Amino acid sequence: MPGMNHSPRGQGLVREGPGTAARVYAWFERRLQLEGSVKEAALHPVPRNTASWWYVFGSAAFTLLFLQIFTGILLALVYVPSAGEAWNSLNILNHQIPLGWFLRAMHGWGSNFMVAIVLIHMAQVFLFGAYKFPRELTWILGVFLLLMTLGMAFTGQVLRFDQDAYWGLGIGASIVSRIPFIGGGLVHLLLGGPIIAGATLSRFFALHVFVIPGTMLLFAFLHVWMVLKLGVNDWPMPGRMVRRATYMEEYHHLTHTDGIPFIPGAFWKDLVFSGAILASVAVCAVVFGPFGPSGQPDPSIIQTVPKPDFFFLWIYTILSYLPPQMETPFLLIVPLSAIAILLALPFFAGEGEKSWHRRPVAVLMVSTIAVSWGVLTQQGTTTPWSPHMNAWSGDPLPENRIHDATPLVRQGAVVLQAKQCRNCHSIGGSGGERGPTLDAVATRLTVDQLRFKVVTGGGNMPAYGKNLSPSEIEALVSFLETLHPANEPPAYDASRHTVDASQPANSTAPASNAPPSPGTNP
Amino acid sequence: MTNETQSASPKPTPSGANTVAAPDGPRIVSRRWLLFKAAIALNGLVGLVLTVPVLRYLLAPWKKDASFNSWTSLGPVDAFPIGETRLARYVNPSQNPWDGQTDDIACYVRRESGSQFKVFAINCAHLGCPVRWFPQSQLFMCPCHGGVYYADGSRASGPPERGLFTYSWQIVSGELQIDAGQMPTLSNSAKLVTISTGPGDCRCQG
Repeated sequence: MPGMNHSPRGQGLVREGPGTAARVYAWFERRLQLEGSVKEAALHPVPRNTASWWYVFGSAAFTLLFLQIFTGILLALVYVPSAGEAWNSLNILNHQIPLGWFLRAMHGWGSNFMVAIVLIHMAQVFLFGAYKFPRELTWILGVFLLLMTLGMAFTGQVLRFDQDAYWGLGIGASIVSRIPFIGGGLVHLLLGGPIIAGATLSRFFALHVFVIPGTMLLFAFLHVWMVLKLGVNDWPMPGRMVRRATYMEEYHHLTHTDGIPFIPGAFWKDLVFSGAILASVAVCAVVFGPFGPSGQPDPSIIQTVPKPDFFFLWIYTILSYLPPQMETPFLLIVPLSAIAILLALPFFAGEGEKSWHRRPVAVLMVSTIAVSWGVLTQQGTTTPWSPHMNAWSGDPLPENRIHDATPLVRQGAVVLQAKQCRNCHSIGGSGGERGPTLDAVATRLTVDQLRFKVVTGGGNMPAYGKNLSPSEIEALVSFLETLHPANEPPAYDASRHTVDASQPANSTAPASNAPPSPGTNP
Repeated sequence: MTNETQSASPKPTPSGANTVAAPDGPRIVSRRWLLFKAAIALNGLVGLVLTVPVLRYLLAPWKKDASFNSWTSLGPVDAFPIGETRLARYVNPSQNPWDGQTDDIACYVRRESGSQFKVFAINCAHLGCPVRWFPQSQLFMCPCHGGVYYADGSRASGPPERGLFTYSWQIVSGELQIDAGQMPTLSNSAKLVTISTGPGDCRCQG
């Protein structure tokens, strides 16, 4: 605006009335009439101590929403929302369109940052008691914004139409199918048909590009509108209670006795943080690059290990650790109850203490949830419960385990490899982690227990009784019997002394009379 | 707060409406309200009528299982050796030209004898991940959460609560056909394998 000073036809020489810029501004303002509202929003007083770095997460989430919309539109210029072509168009974005990879990376990392910032914002709002009167509806809209953010993350993962997206949809369909009575119909609605196919991608595209972002924009504007109208939550002071009857007056008094204008007093920190977040997204995008796409979405390629994106790993972990019969009740009850509790929170705790110093349960809950989430996510990144599908053919046995071994023991080592035991059991640090490591298995189980375990399975181990011949079982057990540290003898059954001793003469002599056999356990 | 707006624009006399429309007597006003309510009702009615086709359109995929399924060939019977389990592929019977490769569905065929088959879905009964067949140990293993099934499809270990989903099959003029068409899940007619504790499994283990 200030740069628009060169006026046509020498009118600027008169310089009496307002300049061109001012006149253009006035022309627009007469029609838009925004100045009053904008000034009011910008200059409304906020409590001085809310100009804090703790209050920057909401505006950062808002900024990220617009980054996602902007980069999303740019990607939509190239992306083809067709099951047959989506994967190819993503690869063209990655490799052929100049800086297409960068925009995909910005969008992907923007999504990660957005989920993280929204969660932090929510935790901060909860700990600062900002959901209490009169900001209940702001909180409720915020809960829906969180759900939609997660919805965008999931639908976005589907639009990256690769193997993970395909099988992720399968996991989603399997979860939906557990809903009683209407599960089958809901699966068809979710997939747009009987299987994951073109119709599925089309409807997820519509959800990701129109339905959810449209609702999100509306909700986000209402959310911000209420922040402006109701004022930024005052810094919680221990002992300063929220009461419906007096709060508005107290807040008004606070902002007018110890308040500063929202701009620039508080807003500069929002600006700095938003800028820093945008820069961080860009740095991550440049350093780590875009997400996928992984293999083609061809369901007949089964050599794949599907895994959800980062923010859903915790669910993936829970579904591994829950007892099988608990899963369906968990999936159907817990998410809905969690959402219901979040929505109901401002109604049963709408008044009273705001400060976290006087709300130990709130602090405990946030820290418990945060730690659990962290642990579950960490487990989800390593997936110790997943068999390593290629360990049996790819992971070598440590040489010292078969060096100097008898032919029977070596045969047992071959059986161990060939029967995929290594997919779940590690030796020497390589192999699956589904079952216990076998490095010292002989110190834990006696020969008989080993044989029993191999034949009958139990716990998380399948029974190998029908899949191994007796000679293979013998060989395998004699190999397992050698798996113990040099300084630690293998476990033995004390009663074997008696049994072994009795065997040569079990028909004639009673066991107590027989001499101990020298060859068995020490 | 909004009333205090100090607008720079000329005041449009906000209370002007009342003074100009002075002749609004109570009867006229109530007639306007009646018309207004009638207009709302009209729109409500139109909206309601329009909801029907919209819902019908949205619920189009909500069909009975049978409407998706049809007999699909897996190829000649001889392609499946007796006593072995083989990966087979078919093209899903209901398809659109823009489906790409998503219509190529895999399944496992186990030929138990000359005329006896079992056809298993590729999807783990836990969360639908693709299970892999290991002929050496005669086990199906799932890469996601470690569900394991025996060769006959029954559950061996891990989180699945049941055995693998199976397809109905028939032999027509030397070809193995299966009743396919939809992703098998716990809620549709994917045929139940008898849930057994599995061969060799022993309850006394605890």
